[in-house]
Amino acid sequence: MSGPTRDRLISVVSPVLLVVAWELTVRTHVLDARFFPAPSAIFVQAGKLIRSGELGDNTFASLTRLALGVLVGGVPALLLGIAMGLYRPVRAALEPIIAATYPIPKSAILPLILLVFGLGEASKIVMVALGMFYPVLINSMAGVMQIDRIYLDVGRNFGASRWQVFRTIALPGALPSIMAGVKLGVGMGLILIAIAEMVGAQSGLGYMIWNAWQILIVETMYVGLCAIAVLGFAFNLILHEIERWILPWKVER
Amino acid sequence: MPADRTQPAQIRLRGLGKIFRAPRAQLSALGDISVDIAAGELFMIVGPSGCGKTTLLRIVAGLETPTTGEVQIRRSDHLRPQNAMVFQGDSLFPWMNVFDNAAYGLRMRGVPPGQIAEVVGHFLDRTGLSHFRSAYPHQLSGGMKQRVSIVRAFANDPEVLLMDEPFSALDEQNRTILHEELLRILDETPKTVLFITHSVDEAVTLGDRIMVMTAQPGRAKAIIDVPFPRPRDVLQLRVQPAYGELVYQIWSHLREEVHAARERELGRAAAL
Repeated sequence: MSGPTRDRLISVVSPVLLVVAWELTVRTHVLDARFFPAPSAIFVQAGKLIRSGELGDNTFASLTRLALGVLVGGVPALLLGIAMGLYRPVRAALEPIIAATYPIPKSAILPLILLVFGLGEASKIVMVALGMFYPVLINSMAGVMQIDRIYLDVGRNFGASRWQVFRTIALPGALPSIMAGVKLGVGMGLILIAIAEMVGAQSGLGYMIWNAWQILIVETMYVGLCAIAVLGFAFNLILHEIERWILPWKVER
Repeated sequence: MPADRTQPAQIRLRGLGKIFRAPRAQLSALGDISVDIAAGELFMIVGPSGCGKTTLLRIVAGLETPTTGEVQIRRSDHLRPQNAMVFQGDSLFPWMNVFDNAAYGLRMRGVPPGQIAEVVGHFLDRTGLSHFRSAYPHQLSGGMKQRVSIVRAFANDPEVLLMDEPFSALDEQNRTILHEELLRILDETPKTVLFITHSVDEAVTLGDRIMVMTAQPGRAKAIIDVPFPRPRDVLQLRVQPAYGELVYQIWSHLREEVHAARERELGRAAAL
């Protein structure tokens, strides 16, 4: 068996083994089923939640907030980041503010966000937007700054206007770095949406998990956790495909 | 095309100088350069490294401002761009394919797509790049990349073509082939060319006139006429006695300057 094939086999077999071991230890009462319900039980509960529409509705609610937050946070971050990368004065003005606010844990701002934006949809979207904003901004700026100066010279020599430099050099040149920022931002958004929905929400996967704890239906809690894990995995795959599609010039490493 | 030096010059450099100011020191990169270059002339500039020849070219290109003096470029048509540069090293946008790279200048000027396809298609065809129009730069060899870079400059139809050691990164075989191709394209599409190089052979092979520059600050040490008419055969040239004499003459000028540059570098190293 060749190396890569063996590696792939191992990475498929190892999670399966874990699930089987989990199931067996619960059935033999080594693990407490009240805290760690058997995978089969979680599976059955997931089927119930899908049929009742509960899982679908909550997933949809979370996804909608995530999508809006990604747009609200990502688009300004992209424009601002590229402007900071291109123009020194813009960078000088904004960099200290970014550097000072970036290290604040986004979860610590949740009470403030709730205070300002209320318990409704807006506060959830803002949380996701915050998670998206920083990685995209920082990566866009860094992406533009690492563009070889010769490309900007070419732009000037061939008479590109400011907007043309932005569109034909800064944006495409920074795109690999921007995509890395988007991946980080979406991951961060997923973490933050779950947290935000645990406080004062009536829908969403975070709400579902929190509610399951309150009424002690542990299986539902696990279904929610699995759903979030699946979403994270799916986003990674989708973003990877998008990357291959918009960066055909980037050699695969 | 032979350059007609009875016509008013196409490029006039008058007292061109450049001083770079660093926080604690000044570096005089370019002395006092004055020269007239005729329309259609292939004017070569040879000099030791660090003599400011690239700075000179960047000033003519408008990418840098001179500290003293001025550049005048006579324009036949105000719709045509004043200059286009063929840069040293990798200057093709990695995110654009060959066609889009070659079409860059025309796109920036808002030329209609049909016309762009025609002009770029013509030059890609003439340089044997037609099959690679959809390829990305990372898929091309160094020689092909520089061909695209030349096509990008020619397609933009500038009054003046500026070339900054465009072939210095290529191996000798590729360089010779590109010399032939450049002369052939210039034959079909005459242009006034200002060409920077550190290779004496390249200067004699391509040039109508050669300016040898002094070491820092760069000044004109000598301006030498090349007696070979164009079109010329790049290989045939080398068996002519005049070729060897010219190379020897330029080398003699250059040798002093290269030594001067080395002395100065040693002095700087000793001061450290």
